[in-house]
Amino acid sequence: MLAAIGAESVAELFEQVPVPLRLGRPLALPGGMGEAEVLERMAALAARNADADEQVCFLGAGMYDHHVPAIVDAIVQRSEFLTPYTPYQPEISQGGLQVMFEFQTAISELTGLPVSNAGLYEGPSSVASAGYLAMAATGRRRFVVSRGLHPHSRETLATYAVGYGAELVEVGLRDGETDGGALAAAVDGETAAVFLQSPNFLGAVERVEALGAAAKEHGALLVVATDPMTLGVLKPPGEQGADIALGEGQPLGNRLDFGGPSFGFFCATEKQIRRMPGRIAGETEDVDGRRGFVLALQTREQHIRREKATHNICTAQALNALAAMVHLAWLGRAGYRELGELLVRRTAYARERLAAVEGVEPLHEAPVAREFAVRLAAPVGRVLERCAERGIAAGYPLGREYPEHEDGLLVAITERRTRAQVDALAEALGAAVAAEGGDFAPDGATKSPVGEGVGR
Amino acid sequence: MTPAETPMQRERATTIYERSRRGRRAAVLPGAEVPEPPLEELIPAELLRAEPPGLPEVAEPEIVRHYNRLSRRNFDLDSGLYPLGSCTMKHNPRLNERVAALPGHARLHPAQEPRRAQGALELMWLLQRSLAEICGLPHVSLQPSAGSHGELAGLLLTRAFHADRGEERTKVLAPDTSHGTNPASVTMAGYEAVKVATDERGGVEMDDLRARIDEDPDRVACLMLTNPNTLGLFDENIAEIAATIHEAGGTLYYDGANLNAVMGHSRPGDMGFDIVHVNLHKSFSQPHGGGGPGAGPIAVSERIEPFLPRPQVVRRDGGDGGEPFFDLDLERPKSIGRLRGFQGNFGVFVRAYAYILSLGADGLAEASETAVLNANYLKARLAEGRAGERLPVAFERHCMHEFVLSGRPMKRELGLATLDLAKRLLDFGFHPPTVYFPLLVEEALMVEPTETETKESLDAFAAAIEAILAEAEDDPEVARRAPYTTPVRRLDEVKATRRPVVRQTLEG
Amino acid sequence: MTLADASYPDDLRYHDQHDWARIEGDAATFGITWYAQDSLGEVVFYDPPEVGAAIDKDASYAEVESVKAVSDVIAPLSGEIVAVNEALGDAPELVNEDPYGEGWLIRVRLSDPGEADQLLGAAEYRKLLERE
Repeated sequence: MLAAIGAESVAELFEQVPVPLRLGRPLALPGGMGEAEVLERMAALAARNADADEQVCFLGAGMYDHHVPAIVDAIVQRSEFLTPYTPYQPEISQGGLQVMFEFQTAISELTGLPVSNAGLYEGPSSVASAGYLAMAATGRRRFVVSRGLHPHSRETLATYAVGYGAELVEVGLRDGETDGGALAAAVDGETAAVFLQSPNFLGAVERVEALGAAAKEHGALLVVATDPMTLGVLKPPGEQGADIALGEGQPLGNRLDFGGPSFGFFCATEKQIRRMPGRIAGETEDVDGRRGFVLALQTREQHIRREKATHNICTAQALNALAAMVHLAWLGRAGYRELGELLVRRTAYARERLAAVEGVEPLHEAPVAREFAVRLAAPVGRVLERCAERGIAAGYPLGREYPEHEDGLLVAITERRTRAQVDALAEALGAAVAAEGGDFAPDGATKSPVGEGVGR
Repeated sequence: MTPAETPMQRERATTIYERSRRGRRAAVLPGAEVPEPPLEELIPAELLRAEPPGLPEVAEPEIVRHYNRLSRRNFDLDSGLYPLGSCTMKHNPRLNERVAALPGHARLHPAQEPRRAQGALELMWLLQRSLAEICGLPHVSLQPSAGSHGELAGLLLTRAFHADRGEERTKVLAPDTSHGTNPASVTMAGYEAVKVATDERGGVEMDDLRARIDEDPDRVACLMLTNPNTLGLFDENIAEIAATIHEAGGTLYYDGANLNAVMGHSRPGDMGFDIVHVNLHKSFSQPHGGGGPGAGPIAVSERIEPFLPRPQVVRRDGGDGGEPFFDLDLERPKSIGRLRGFQGNFGVFVRAYAYILSLGADGLAEASETAVLNANYLKARLAEGRAGERLPVAFERHCMHEFVLSGRPMKRELGLATLDLAKRLLDFGFHPPTVYFPLLVEEALMVEPTETETKESLDAFAAAIEAILAEAEDDPEVARRAPYTTPVRRLDEVKATRRPVVRQTLEG
Repeated sequence: MTLADASYPDDLRYHDQHDWARIEGDAATFGITWYAQDSLGEVVFYDPPEVGAAIDKDASYAEVESVKAVSDVIAPLSGEIVAVNEALGDAPELVNEDPYGEGWLIRVRLSDPGEADQLLGAAEYRKLLERE
C-alpha cells in the first residue's frame, strides 16, 4: 500500500503534523484488551448500580420503567437499522425513511398536531428548541414558563436563552396546578411563547386550553410538554390550542439507560412547518412512479441553510424513534388506550392507598394520570434510605428543585408496578415515616419555614 | 436501457398502517388489579380524550415481518463500504451492544441516588478521563447529546467566559469549509457568523484570519476549526492560528468530527484548542442508527472549567481513609447550566468506553494510523487511470484520514455530475462518499474509508469508480438515470418539498 | 421545466447578483435571471415580502428556495413594494419556466430612478456570466 502511495512509511503520512504537536508517547491509557476482559470490567461496574430489577422502581420525573416488548430489541439490533448513516441517499435508505414517516404519523396522532419531525435529542432540550422556533415565528424574546414544567426543561431553556438573548418569566403553581391568574398577568405583547406541561412535574393534569387562552390573546405561541404514555386517555395538546406539542419520548420503546439515549418528540401546526427543527421525512415518487420517501424541506437544516438554519441539529436519535414506533405498533390502537386507562386507575389507587398511610398525604388533589406527589411527615432522604433497604426506590425527592416542597416525594406508576408492589410501597413508607418522623408533627407539617402551595 | 424490475422494486412501499386490520393487536397487557371506576370519576371529562389516536392494528408476526422487510430496503455499514467523509463510518463492534444491555446499565433509572449508581458514575468518570487524555485537555463534560449540541455548549461556554471577564463579544469565525452545524450553532448561541478564507494549501488563509480579527478585534469571541480540516489536511499553521486568536482574546474551538485522524498522535489540547467536542458516534464506534443516537462530549482547558454544564460527574475523596466515591456535582456557581435532562446519553457512554477499553492506548493510535494509511492508499488508487483524470484530488499532498476530489473535469468532459456518479455507485453496492461538501471544491466528493476497511475493499471501490467512468465515456446517460437496482430509483425531491406530505392520512 | 436556452432580454437592466429590473417610468418589476434559476434548480418555495415595505438597492428583500439551496434575492433598485406575485405561492416553478414573465417577483415604485444607471445592460451582463 505504501508503494502505491509513494511513501516510505506510515510516519511519512503524519509529517504534515508539526513536530512539536506530535504526542511522541503512548496515550496514558491501559493497553487494549479482549472481549471477555472488557465484559468482565463492564459487568463489575454494572454490578454497582441499583437497577430497576434490584429496586422496585417508583422513580419517574420524565423517565419510566415501562415494559419494552422483546420485538423492539430484535428490530433495533438489526444491522440494517443499527449501522447506517443519516439517509442522505434516499434510494438506499427507504427502510429508515419509511420508519420516520410512520413515526411522524403516529406521533402526530398522539399529540393531535399535524406536523411531526423525526425526533430530537430528548425532552428538556426539545423545550429549548421550541423557544427558538417561537422567537423566529413571533420576532419576540420573552418566554413565560410554568413552574409545572420539568425542572430540567426550565433549566435547559434558561441555558439556551442566554444564547437566544431571551428573557424567562416563571409563573408559580397553586395547589399543584399552574396559577391561571398569575399566568394571564405575565403574558403580554412581548411574549414569544407560553410553556406548559401536562401532566405537570407534580403529576397534575393541567387545564391547558383555559391556561393557554392568555397566549392566544397576545399572539404568543402555546407550547405544551406532555407524557407520550398518557395521550391515549388525556385530551392531547393539539385539541387544546397548542401550537407546539413536545416531550420526552423515553416511555415509548426505550430503556431507562441511566437517562439516555432516548428521544424528544416535537409537533407543530401546519403554519410552522418551515420553522421546524430536525429531520422530516416526506412522501414522494421515483422516476417510475414508485412510492418512496425522502428527507423533505432540507433547506431548513444546517447542512444547507447554515447560519440561518432553523436549528443546528444534525445527528438526532433515529434508532430510538424506531424503537418507539415498534412499541406503538405493538401496543396498537386498542392496547395504547388500554395502557393509558390502566395507568390512570392504578395511579388513582396508589395515591389513595398512600394517602391512607399515617404520615403520608397527597401534596395536591388535582387529577393525576400516572404520577403523583405526596408529603411526608419525616425527612424525605431518610425515608428513601429505609425504603431502599427494603428494595424499593420509593420516588423522586422534590425538595432540591422545589424548596417549597421540601417534604415532597414524586411517585410514578407504570404497568409494571403491580398492586402488590404498591401495597408494599405503602407499607414501607408507613414504617419509614414512623421510624424517622421524630422531629415532625403528626399532621405532616414540617419545621421548614416555607409555606405550602404557591411556587415562586 | 432500463432493466427489468428487481423483486424489491416490485414490492411497493406499504406502511404499517396499511397492514392494519381492525381488531388485531400484539400486546397483552396486565389486568388492572385495582378498582376500575369510569375515567370521568378520576379525571374531569373535558380533560379526557374522546377518540383514541390512530395507531396500527397488527399482530406481532406482522410487525416483525414489516420491519424486517423494511430493514432490507436499507443499505448499511455491516453490509458494505460507507466512505462518507467526516462521518467516520467505522465498524460498530457488537460487544458494545452486549455490554450496553447489561441490566445494571440498561435498567438503571437516571434519578437513582448517586450512591446507588456508583458503577454508572464511575464509568462516566473513567470515560471523561480517557477523553481528557486523548484530547489533551483536563476537564470533560459528557452532557451534550451530539456534535452540534457540543458546539452549542462550547459557544455558550465561550460566552460565559467572556461575560465573566466583563467583555462583550459578538462574532465567531469559522472557515468557509466548515460543517454546516458550525454556523448554525453560532446563530443559536447569539453570535454573528464570520467566514475565514482557505488558502491554496487547503489551510486557514492567515492573512484573511488576521484581517477578519482586525476588523473588530474586541468583538471576536471564538474561532471554530477542525484539524485536520474538512479537506482532510492538517493545518501546519495551527500553533500560529491559536496564538492569533488567543491574542485577540478569543477562544479556540475544535470540532472533533475529524479526530479519527490523530488519536494517539496529536492532541487538540496541545494544538492550543480551549474547547473540543468529540463525536462518540464517529471516532468511538457508537453505531449511527440511521441518524443517531450519538453523543458530543466536550473537553475544556482549565480556564473554561468553571463554566462547564451542571451536573458534572466528579470523584470525591472518601475522607478519613474512606473509599473515593463518584457524584453529580451541582454546586457550580459559574456553570452555564443544563443542556438537557439528567446526565446525557449514558448508553452511548457505555459503548464508547467499551471501545476504548478494547482498543487501549496502542489500539487507538493504530486506528488513526490505519485510517490515514487507508485514505492515502485509496487516494493513490483514485489518482490512477480515469479517476485521476476526471476526479482529480482537490489538494495535491498527503491527506490524513479523508480526502476531497473534484468532479469538475468529469462534469465538463463527460457531462456527469458528482450526483450522477454517486447514484451509479449505488448500483455497484457501495454507499457513495459525501457529495457537494465542502462548498469550496466544485462538484466535491469527500472520501473517508476509515481504518476498518481492508485493502481489498478499497481496491473494489476504486475499480467501481473506474468502471463507472469508463461507462460514462461510452454513454453518460446510464449514470444520469441511475440507480437501477436499488429498492426505489431516483426520487423526486422537488415534489416532496413543494407540497410536503409528512404523515399518512388515516381513514376513520 | 426550464427554458431551453439561456436568454437575457435586451429591454431589461441587470444587477450583478443575477437579478433583473423592467423599468416603466417610475415603477419597476424585479425578478431573477435565467442564470440564477438555472443555478438554483427547481424552485419549490418563495415567500413574498409585504406590500408597502421599503427596499434598498443591493439589499436582499426575499429568499427563493430550491430543494438544495436558498438564495437571497437582491433588489436592483430602491423603492416601495406595490405588488408581489401571489401566483408563485401555488406555482413556484414559474420562476424557472418564465423568469422574466410569469416568474416576476415584485413590483416597486422607485424612490431614485437615477440608480438605474448603475445597472448593466444585457450584453454587459452576458459578459459577466462568461467570467463566472
